[in-house]
Amino acid sequence: MIASGLRFGGVAALLALGIVFPLVFTNPAVTSDAIYTLIFVAAASAWNTFSGYSGYISLGHAVFFGSGAYLTGIATLDWGLTGSQVFLLLPLAGLVGAIIAVPFGLIALRVRRHTFVVITIAIFFIFQLMAYNLQSLTGGTSGLLAPTVNFAAATYNNPFYYAALVIAVAAVAVSWLIRRSRFGLQLRAIRDDEDRARGLGVRTMRVKLGAFVISAVPVAMVGGLSWYFTGLIDPSSGFDPLFDVAVALMAFLGGLGTVAGPVLGALIIEPAQQYFQGQVSAGYLFLMLYGALFLVVILVLPRGVIPTAAEQIGKWRDKRREGDGGLAGHRLAAAGAAPDRAKELA
Amino acid sequence: MSQLPQAITDGILGGAVYALMAAGLTLIFGVMDIINIAQGILVVLAAYLSYALSVHLHIDPLLGLLITVPAMFAVGAAIEWAFMRRLRGRERTAMSLLVSYAVAVVIEGALYQVFGANDVAIQAPYVNSGVHVLGFDLPYIYLIGAGLAVVAFAAIYLLLYRTTFGRSVRATMQDKVAARLIGINVNRVAAITFGIGVGVTAAGGMVFGATNAFSPNSGYDLISRLLSIVILGGLGSIGGAAAAALFMVTAEEVVNIWQPVWATAVYYAVLVIVLLVRPVGIFGKPEARSS
Repeated sequence: MIASGLRFGGVAALLALGIVFPLVFTNPAVTSDAIYTLIFVAAASAWNTFSGYSGYISLGHAVFFGSGAYLTGIATLDWGLTGSQVFLLLPLAGLVGAIIAVPFGLIALRVRRHTFVVITIAIFFIFQLMAYNLQSLTGGTSGLLAPTVNFAAATYNNPFYYAALVIAVAAVAVSWLIRRSRFGLQLRAIRDDEDRARGLGVRTMRVKLGAFVISAVPVAMVGGLSWYFTGLIDPSSGFDPLFDVAVALMAFLGGLGTVAGPVLGALIIEPAQQYFQGQVSAGYLFLMLYGALFLVVILVLPRGVIPTAAEQIGKWRDKRREGDGGLAGHRLAAAGAAPDRAKELA
Repeated sequence: MSQLPQAITDGILGGAVYALMAAGLTLIFGVMDIINIAQGILVVLAAYLSYALSVHLHIDPLLGLLITVPAMFAVGAAIEWAFMRRLRGRERTAMSLLVSYAVAVVIEGALYQVFGANDVAIQAPYVNSGVHVLGFDLPYIYLIGAGLAVVAFAAIYLLLYRTTFGRSVRATMQDKVAARLIGINVNRVAAITFGIGVGVTAAGGMVFGATNAFSPNSGYDLISRLLSIVILGGLGSIGGAAAAALFMVTAEEVVNIWQPVWATAVYYAVLVIVLLVRPVGIFGKPEARSS
C-alpha cells in the first residue's frame, strides 16, 4: 500500500512539475530543450509499448516520425493554416501514422528477430528515398519550411510545450494501461516464447500488429509537432536513422519493457544531447559520445536503470524484513523488474 | 538497346564487390548469430584508409591492401573482443544489433572528425580507364574488384573447407555448445571469424571508394544494401549472399536505365516481395524455434 501510495504521489508530483515548468523557467532556450525532451518521452514510451513489451526491436519508427512531420507540413501549407490551427492537425498525423503502420506491420511482422529488425530498416530507407524523390509533395532535399508563427515572443514556446506534454502524458498512460492489461500480458507472452503463446491461444499476429499500430500514433504526432516547432523538415532530419537509435537507447537505459524506463531514459539523454550539441559546434564529437554512451549502457547496465535499481531495493528490503518473510520487498522488486508474468500465464 | 547488356555486365562486375562485403556480413552471422550493422561504416573506414594511404604516403590503393586488410582484420577482431563477447542472456541477439549500431555511430563520428563531411574519392591510374571488349565498356577498377572478390571467395572457401580452423568454424556454426564440448575454442573462432568478416571490407572499401565519391555518411546507404542482400540470400548462407548480391546489383543497374532516381528502391522492393513469399530468403533454412 505504501509503495503504491508513493508511486501515485511521485507521478502526481512529476505531472505538476511538468505543468508549471514553463511558468517557472521562462528562458526560451530552456523551454526549447524541454519541448524536445517531451517529444522523446512520448516517442521512447511509444516505441517501448511495442518493442519493449513484444521483444520485436523496431529500428523503423522514424518512418512514423517523418510521415507525421510531412503530413503536418503538407496539410499546413496546402490548406494555408496558421498559428494554433496547426495543432489541430496532430491527431490527423497520428491517424496517418496508424494507417502506415498497418501495411508496414503486416509485412515486417511476418518475420522474427534479426530479420524483423532488418526489414524495419529497409522500410525506413524506402520512406527516406520517397521523401527525397517525390519532390512535388515533399520539396525534395530542400524540404518543407513551416510558416512563421505569430505567438507572443515572451510565451512563444508555451503552446508547443503543452502540446508536447499532452502527447507525452498520453503516450505514457497508454503504455501503463497496456502493461496492466490482458493485451499487455499477451505481448509479453510473445516476447518470452511466441510459439508457446500461439499454442495457448494468443492471436499473435493480431496482438503484435495492434501494438505496432498503437505505438506509431504518438510518434507520428510528435513528428508533426517537431516540424512545426523546428520550422523545417527535410528527408535527412525527418527520416533520421539516429532517431531510431535514440529511442532504443532511451528505453534500454531506463529499462526495456518497463513503463517508467523510457521516460527516465528520455529525461536523461535528451537534455544531455541538447547540452552537448550546444557545446560542440560541429556535433561530430557528440556523435562519438552518443555511440560510446550506448555501448557503456548496454555492456554495464544491460537491463537498464529501473529494473537494476528495483532489484537492489528489493534485496535491501528483504534483508531488513527477514523476520516477516520479506514479501513486500519481493513484490516491489518484481513489479519493477518486469517479471515473467507471461510465464505464469503459460 | 545496347544499354541493357552493358548494364548487366556492370551489374555483375559491381555485384561481385558487394558479394564480397555481404559474404563477410553473413559469415559473421552464421558463426555468431550477430548482424554486424557496422559493416557499412567499416567499408567506408576501409575506403578512407586506402584514400589516406594514397594521398599522404603515395601508396597505390591496390598495394595498400597489404596494409588495409590486416588493419581491418584487427579492427574486426577488436570489436568482437571488446563488445560482442561480453553480451549475455536472452536479449543477446537484439543487443548485438544495437551494439554494432553504436559502434557504427562512434566510427562515423570519428571519420567526420578526421576527414570532414565532404565527399572524396580514391584516385589511381586504373580508376578512370578501361578496355573495350566486344563493344562492352569494362573499366579496369571493376575488373580489379571482381578479381579481388573471386580471390577472396576462393580463400574463404579454402579456409572453411580445407583447414582444421575451417572445420572448427563450421562446427561452431552448426552447434556452439557441442563445438565447445569437443574442445573448440569458440571465443577464438568468433574473434577470427569477425576479423575475416570485417577484413573483406578492406578490398570492398578500396573498390567502393574508387568507384564512388564517399563521405562518412555513406555507411547508411551501404549497410541498407548489404542487409537487403544477406536477407535475400538467406542469413548465414555465403553462396546465397553472393547470388543475391549479383542479382540485386544487376537489377539496380538495369532499372537505372529507365528510372535513375528510383534505382536504389529496387533493393528494398525486391526484399519486401521476396519476404512476403518466402520469409527465410531464397537460400535460407527455415528459422529454428527461438531459444
